[in-house]
Amino acid sequence: MLRRGFGAVLALGMAVMAGNAVAQQRDLTVVSWGGAYQDVQREIFFRPFQQSTSSRLLEETWDGGVGVLRAKIQSGANNWDVVQVESEELLIGCEEGLFEKMDFSAIGGRDRFIPEAVSECGVGNILYSFILAFDRARTPNAPQSWADFFDTQRFPGKRGLRRGPKATLEIALLADGVPPGEVYKLLATNAGVDRAFRKLDQLKPSIIWWERGSQPAQLLASGELAMTVAYNGRITAANQTDNRNFGISWRNNLFTLDSWVVMKGTPNRAAALNFINFVTQPARQAEMPPRIPYGPTARGAQDGLPAAVQANLPTTPANAEGALQISDQFWLDNLDKLNQRFNNWVSR
Amino acid sequence: MAAALVAPLLLFLLAVFVLPIGAFLTRAVQETDVAPVLPRTVAALSGWNGQGLPDDAAFAGLIADLKEARVRDQASGGGAIARAAARLNADWPGFRSLLPLTARRVVAAEGPARETLTGINEDWGTALPWLAIRRAGGPLTDFNLLAVLDLKRDAAGDIAAAAEDAAIFRGILWRTLWIGALATFICLAIGYPLAWLIATAPARAVPWLLAGVLLPFWTSLIVRTAAWMVLLQREGVVNATLAALNITDGPLPLLFNRGAVLLAMVHILLPFMVLPIYASLKALDWRLPRAAVSLGASPMRAFLRISLPLSLPGIGAGSLLVFIQALGFYVTPALLGGANDQMVPYFVAFYASRTVNWGMAAALSCLLLLAVALVVLLYGRLVGFGRVKTA
Repeated sequence: MLRRGFGAVLALGMAVMAGNAVAQQRDLTVVSWGGAYQDVQREIFFRPFQQSTSSRLLEETWDGGVGVLRAKIQSGANNWDVVQVESEELLIGCEEGLFEKMDFSAIGGRDRFIPEAVSECGVGNILYSFILAFDRARTPNAPQSWADFFDTQRFPGKRGLRRGPKATLEIALLADGVPPGEVYKLLATNAGVDRAFRKLDQLKPSIIWWERGSQPAQLLASGELAMTVAYNGRITAANQTDNRNFGISWRNNLFTLDSWVVMKGTPNRAAALNFINFVTQPARQAEMPPRIPYGPTARGAQDGLPAAVQANLPTTPANAEGALQISDQFWLDNLDKLNQRFNNWVSR
Repeated sequence: MAAALVAPLLLFLLAVFVLPIGAFLTRAVQETDVAPVLPRTVAALSGWNGQGLPDDAAFAGLIADLKEARVRDQASGGGAIARAAARLNADWPGFRSLLPLTARRVVAAEGPARETLTGINEDWGTALPWLAIRRAGGPLTDFNLLAVLDLKRDAAGDIAAAAEDAAIFRGILWRTLWIGALATFICLAIGYPLAWLIATAPARAVPWLLAGVLLPFWTSLIVRTAAWMVLLQREGVVNATLAALNITDGPLPLLFNRGAVLLAMVHILLPFMVLPIYASLKALDWRLPRAAVSLGASPMRAFLRISLPLSLPGIGAGSLLVFIQALGFYVTPALLGGANDQMVPYFVAFYASRTVNWGMAAALSCLLLLAVALVVLLYGRLVGFGRVKTA
């Protein structure tokens, strides 16, 4: 998700290549989403890591897509060691053998992390959410839930939803009163999918669909939308940098994680694990949220943060209560079928 | 000699136009993902009549195939099982996890093949996944071509209508043709008087009028589309003006609907209508309508009987240009339209870039190409290509 809007500017490796014949051993290469996000990572992760280990670290950026990772491994000339991937890439890549198994004993043990961050091939790095966002200037009566999102009587105005069934169907069921724990059980049945589409039918005349992560904040700002589904980081960023007064309802937000993975067969495996161990320490991770409001994945990482920062994090207990983790396994299986049905429904 | 002169052009066209597009379109019928991964299974299933369950050879073949493919994938990071699973999933949802899961589990499996597979997942005890594998065995398939016509093969292999909630593309095609026809008609309604005005204007005004028509050509299509977004949005220029003049009570919903799409399309396509009509009016012998009027015809009658028929080739050429281009519009509906203003090109892009389903993208492209070819043929029948030359 972070990739959208952060161009694929190739970040320069920070280490200056010294000498000529010595550089046989490849330097540790870390790949992330670029843009403002990677600028922050450089400041709080990459530079301190270099200083503390007096080793060199090269950084690159990418735009995601499991095909890129596949091509790297297949070419036999993979030069990436640590990559930040989305949850879907984590699932597929692990299945295809693109990543090393994650050695949790080398990175502080499983208990260092919240349970959602632990998986076979990767470890969670940040946690972010689909939330309900609105402009306080235009909607002073704050909506409280997805049910309010569907209530165009009490809250007139257009609604923004991400074009596609993923997240949309979950939200429809949550708005229809389905408890978060039941959502995927229900969506796995035809009756559940029917129910989600029936709920969406109510809202259909008021929906404006967005496709890129940058759009919701723009459409809210221009008054086109009264409420929208959005990524939490974008909304807080708009408040901080564009002086907007957007509000967020966290109730039953849908969350997902980005993870660190180690590429298969890398000669820098030990250094890669050392790096992951370094950047997932709670005190390190605590540096991220004041700069960009993504939730840390190490237990206790955000405990010492100011209340104003915690209020914007998806991992803050008050915000996380009733949140639903987006099921990548469900979508991997059902996206084709539901895409077809969604496209059919949306264009009728 | 003439052939030698145009040979470089023909070769160029062949190399950069015909070959790549032709290669892309063949993706619509190619089936390349499943057979290399499951060769024994596909071979065993070819003898199966589709009734009940396939015989033991298919079960044993699948286990052997998956064991081998998994070893290859793990060694090379090839992702072949995942690609096969993705293809099969498009036919039978559930394969995306079923196939990799089965591949993982069969490594350690012992004992009879049939029990092993049904033990891993009971879906293997039903005919549906086997039928999907048989349909995807290739090397050629009509799966995608049927899908874009809202058809499918049923269990017996006969062509049947797709399920109601999966039937979408016929509607999209009609909508595409309808939006194209509307845009053409509006362009004609605006473009003809405009061309008439330019053709009859004093000589020194003509360059200025033509420049006015051509000006949009010098701006990028995306910029013009984005400009309409700025103009039409809720707090945009148009709504602000209407509100300032007290014409409207609240902001009108001008964006994300059919009207906005047509407005921008007409703006972009208008020059393609005006210029051919202008050319044919310019070539018109103006003494003829004058003669008609002097012989007693009313100006309207002279126009309908003399000027209009003589400018018909320009109208035909302009309409053809506008209509064909309108069918291919992608950016404008994507940015200005709502969900039910999206045309066939949107879905080509959707399959090509979002779901990486080249087969469907190619099949939809074929559909669009076929629609255009039919329109051109129809035009040739009704108007005749020979008459376009004056335009």
